[in-house]
Amino acid sequence: MHYAGYDVIELENVAYSYGGGELLSDVSVKLAPGSFHFLTGPSGAGKTTLLKLCYGALLPSAGTVRLLGSDVRTLERDDIAMMRRRIGVVHQDVQFLDHLPVSENIGLPLTVSGRGTAAENADLDELLAWVGLSARASGLPPELSGGERQRAALARAVIMSPDIVLADEPTGNVDWEMSQRLLHLLIELNRMGKTVLIATHDLSLIRAAKAQVQARVLRIANRRIQLAGADL
Amino acid sequence: MKLTLNALQSLTSVDRQADRVVPPSGFTARLTVFAAGAMAFLAVFALALSMATGRLADQWSAELARTATLRIVAPLDQRAAQTEAALSVLQTTAGVESARALSDEEQAELLAPWFGPEVSLEGLPVPRLIEIIETPDGIDAAGLRLRLSAEVPGAVLDDHSRWRAPLVKAASRLRLLGWIATGLIVATVAAMVTLAAQAALAANAQVIAVLRLVGATDRYIAQAFIRRFTLRALAGSAAGVVVGIVAVLLMPSGSGEMSGFLTGLRFQGLGWAVPFVIPPLTALVAFLATGTAARRTLENLS
Repeated sequence: MHYAGYDVIELENVAYSYGGGELLSDVSVKLAPGSFHFLTGPSGAGKTTLLKLCYGALLPSAGTVRLLGSDVRTLERDDIAMMRRRIGVVHQDVQFLDHLPVSENIGLPLTVSGRGTAAENADLDELLAWVGLSARASGLPPELSGGERQRAALARAVIMSPDIVLADEPTGNVDWEMSQRLLHLLIELNRMGKTVLIATHDLSLIRAAKAQVQARVLRIANRRIQLAGADL
Repeated sequence: MKLTLNALQSLTSVDRQADRVVPPSGFTARLTVFAAGAMAFLAVFALALSMATGRLADQWSAELARTATLRIVAPLDQRAAQTEAALSVLQTTAGVESARALSDEEQAELLAPWFGPEVSLEGLPVPRLIEIIETPDGIDAAGLRLRLSAEVPGAVLDDHSRWRAPLVKAASRLRLLGWIATGLIVATVAAMVTLAAQAALAANAQVIAVLRLVGATDRYIAQAFIRRFTLRALAGSAAGVVVGIVAVLLMPSGSGEMSGFLTGLRFQGLGWAVPFVIPPLTALVAFLATGTAARRTLENLS
């Protein structure tokens, strides 16, 4: 995908308030196509909120959020839903449809976009093998371990070959070995040209990534974004 | 409008995968099927009541409008002569198709509910009754009364208008009540399906969150629920109608003089087709109710 002179995600002087308090203030961020970013900061700093602003789950109280060139304020809810098909999201508390097998959960973006089903998708087996879940394809989500759920969520996030992958604490519930495996998958996606933004407070993960990929680290502190220092 | 058309199209398309994204929810499914079935069953009876009373009103109106009764109230020794005189007058009266005096046996039969079956009318000052059948044009009641007062002083003309009107009015009201009951049943179905759909949507908030996360539009999510509830309501209603029709068929039927209001509580002719309108009507109500509930809930969840 080529972008004619615009960043895939652009936040300009964005503020977000909830319950009378301002969680984010005057935040400006630009994510260029194919870039790799970490978003870090202490718990409760607003990482998840910022991530939700980046896929249209929340609308800013002030400022402008442009996703793939479109101002989210000008979009209808269904337009934002369509845009989400180009943005893969992985949450820390991964949610699945527990009554459907893992393979159908991974293929859910295809189903809802009318592009066939998981069973009809030739790439699904390859995708399951990529995340190491071939043997779990017919199982139900509650049968998966924390790491398997994260990998299944990652597979679901990328099955539509999105332009952007957003991950919120993707290694929060997994051990070191699994976190490295997940990081490796995300780096692979970035090498395929996807823009990756990972929200995490795990500095060791960031250091491990920076050894393999050129990543920019953004830190949220005092409701604002700062570029992280050399300590990272 | 576009959403409604798409939703209608989705009812006929077989998208099993789309159906599967909403988990089967036993409680709301059973509630919808049961409510639609019970209401359809009641609707069949309400329609049968409405149509039976409608026929009754028409029948009373038609029968009573073309008949009149002449009472000869005269001393016993003059009664036969006045009866003959009255019949003579009636034979020459425009609008009278036929007229005949009731026999003693017929009059005794009319009085049997009050005096018992063995009563003899001999010696009793019971007026002689003359049954008049009118032509479609009818009689000039006022003119006939004038002639009778001059030629048969003991004759009293009753053209039935005094009690025909309230009977026909009562039957018409019953018919109206039947339709009101049907309307209330439809409204109740709408309320029940709305509640069931809202409960299902609220219970599936996490499912909706997942679907939205992966790019499902509100239209897609709404259609999954609309399709499910519409088909459930259709199935429940169809079962209710079948049971209702069987129940109506099992109602005791009477014929001729034995036929009364309760024994006539069934459909006739094309009327049998009317109950079969109930399932698609219920499905339409469920379709609109679920659509409204889904739109509201999805807006609130955004």
